[in-house]
Amino acid sequence: MENSFKKILSLVAVAAFALSASTVRADDCADDTVKVGILHSLSGTMAISETSLRDVLLFTFDEINASGGVLGKMIEPVEADGASDWPTFAEKAEELLAKDEASAVFGCWTSVSRKFVLPVFEKYKGLLFYPVQYEGEEESPNIFYTAEAVGQQAIPAVDYLLEEGYTKFYLIGTDYVYPQTTNIVLFEYLLSKGIPVENIGGGIRYEGDVAVSAGNYTPFGHTDFQQIVAEIKDFAASGDACVVNTINGDANVPFFKEIAASGLTSDDCPIVSFSLSEDEFRGLPTKDLVGHLGCWTYFMSIDTPANDSFKANFQDWLANDAPAAVAKEGRVTCSPMVLSYNGVYLWKAAVEKAGTFDTDAVIAALESGISFDGPGGTVTTQKNHHLTKSVYIGETLEDGQFEILEVMPDVYGEPWLKGTF
Amino acid sequence: MKFSTEMKKEMGILCLVTGLLMLIPLFNAVGPESGPLSVSAFQVSLWGKYLTYAVLAMSLNLLWGYTGLLCLCQSLFFALGGYAMGMYLMLMIGERGAYKSVLPDFMVFLGYQKLPLHWEPFYNFAFTVGAVLWVPGLLAFVFGFLAFRSRIKGVYFSILTQALTYAACLMFFRNDFTFGGNNGFTDFKDILGCNINSDATIRGLFIATTALMVCTYLITSGLLASKLGKVQQAIRDSENRVLFSGYSTTSFKLMIFVLSAMIAGAAGALYVPQVGGINPSAMEAAKSLEVVVWVAVGGRGTKWGPVIGAILVNFIKSYTTHAFPDYWLIIMGGMFVCVVLFMPDGIVGVYKQAKSYFARQRSLETTAA
Repeated sequence: MENSFKKILSLVAVAAFALSASTVRADDCADDTVKVGILHSLSGTMAISETSLRDVLLFTFDEINASGGVLGKMIEPVEADGASDWPTFAEKAEELLAKDEASAVFGCWTSVSRKFVLPVFEKYKGLLFYPVQYEGEEESPNIFYTAEAVGQQAIPAVDYLLEEGYTKFYLIGTDYVYPQTTNIVLFEYLLSKGIPVENIGGGIRYEGDVAVSAGNYTPFGHTDFQQIVAEIKDFAASGDACVVNTINGDANVPFFKEIAASGLTSDDCPIVSFSLSEDEFRGLPTKDLVGHLGCWTYFMSIDTPANDSFKANFQDWLANDAPAAVAKEGRVTCSPMVLSYNGVYLWKAAVEKAGTFDTDAVIAALESGISFDGPGGTVTTQKNHHLTKSVYIGETLEDGQFEILEVMPDVYGEPWLKGTF
Repeated sequence: MKFSTEMKKEMGILCLVTGLLMLIPLFNAVGPESGPLSVSAFQVSLWGKYLTYAVLAMSLNLLWGYTGLLCLCQSLFFALGGYAMGMYLMLMIGERGAYKSVLPDFMVFLGYQKLPLHWEPFYNFAFTVGAVLWVPGLLAFVFGFLAFRSRIKGVYFSILTQALTYAACLMFFRNDFTFGGNNGFTDFKDILGCNINSDATIRGLFIATTALMVCTYLITSGLLASKLGKVQQAIRDSENRVLFSGYSTTSFKLMIFVLSAMIAGAAGALYVPQVGGINPSAMEAAKSLEVVVWVAVGGRGTKWGPVIGAILVNFIKSYTTHAFPDYWLIIMGGMFVCVVLFMPDGIVGVYKQAKSYFARQRSLETTAA
């Protein structure tokens, strides 16, 4: 009997501990601070990209706090690790909104993480700023997409290539929603520009007589590109072809290796990539990419006083004020980082315009059109929760930087492009 | 039927645990708005999620703890149950999706003109509940039949189950597999006509999960007390001797395997509406390994070990990913190492370990004196 009594007692103790610990509310927010959430993956497969966004957000908050905060309140960042696990993203989003009552949340990288947190933000009437290039086809009332929409990355890049005289386009990507959407939009766009179907490579899948998928798709982390590259080489034999690359992450390394091994150079057949920025080049060898193209709404090499001071301040913060967990060596800036940075300042401007942290009022202020002169030029919020911003085309250099070839100013952010050409 | 005192004790503990768990939705419904006794809807769904993990761990324990089969496709069965429920939930969205079509958004996007045939029956909730059980059950039956008949056991069985999970995961990642590819299913609206985000629905799902856990516990207990359970544990301890005693171990193992798959499927079906989505990463190989860790931490081959392990590990994960986002992996890793080094029988085994330690100390003292 004594045995079972102890068992019961220990069970009760465990349950009580767990319950009390889980229900302890965060201390009520002090009067002179405002809580803002950061929801990125600091562990798992996405950590390599997302940790940089967390770092730049902490830097931005420190910068704003040093200049007096927002409406006289200091920003108190609340971090949560989404751990590259989508249910964890949903759980952490709910925790930030329900428990911490964060005024705004900055976060997410992958589309699937955004899809998982979207219902949470709509349920709690929260506000999420999403900073990474994405496929569009979404317009939540509780999310602001500071990211590049397809019309601000893929389409300007193709416009540039058309201008340069290329007439054959090979589409290749990783099999998930961002490449699939981008490529089907590009397929429609290219047809509208008079490119014949046989000049669009990678394969087209029809459902009835409607094209539902264009391009060649590989799984995540694919390594064997031999056959695909042979196909690209055949396709490019005529000399007027280029490749539109939406391969995600690590799989780019074997792809570009195979391209280099096949003897195709950027002069024969340039490859424009949408998922490789300066920050990715910290971890990827750039040797095989030199001469190929990138397209973003910010490059680290932009030569303006605003960008110079942004870069200098960030390095200064890394050297002097960054927390211990932030990597200090060899840091660069890239488009998703700058879009995170812009997002914070747009939120600050909207709060100041609304005169309150109330989410509905802040969203209304953002919808009314707010501008911020960021490191990549001026960005302006639109009623459809996207941004008007400048688009840059660049050529990859040996040191992992881009040489800017063309600037397209003030491109409108439009999420619903599919079926419009 | 007469209950032994041992069984009475067990039932007492089960009632107590159930009672304690029921406090969570109770306080959410009638408790205060703030203070230590207030329970938010967020807490209820979070604890509901932990409980579905607990049931998943119990289903693995049935195989690993009591039959000696280290199965690495438990997360696949869990995800299949989840996908079946997810299909129903996707259809219940109706025309409230981004494209205002009766088809789920991803189908509109991929150019489907009408619903694929195998989606049709999922409009029916009863069919869905059936599918939650028979789909994982059938897969386990076919796979188990082939594996056990070929006398595949030990580490080879583990590797094969892991390969099965990996293959399924790759298949579900494909956009043309009609299950939404990488984005999976999200943004559900209703379940059985109730708003999935309302507090009452969240409480209902929590209570259903608790009921599933109690059922699983009773099934496990009943099984262990029966002759079948004795054969099951004998297979774990020495399969050849059972075989030579004239039992067909294949059919016994197959039965347990199918039962375990169905329990995992049911847990998955309750997991999806509480988490708000599912995608193929739910069936990644690493997820099955996580379940093994929960069972090992709690105590393999014990009735409450998997429950305690699953809840504790996930609770600590939830807490540390928010409180120490940069260091939580180190904390968790350290905890696992400690468990392996100092608690070979898991948390549940600590009591026995301590008892034998003190008994030894006492006997040393008496001999010294």
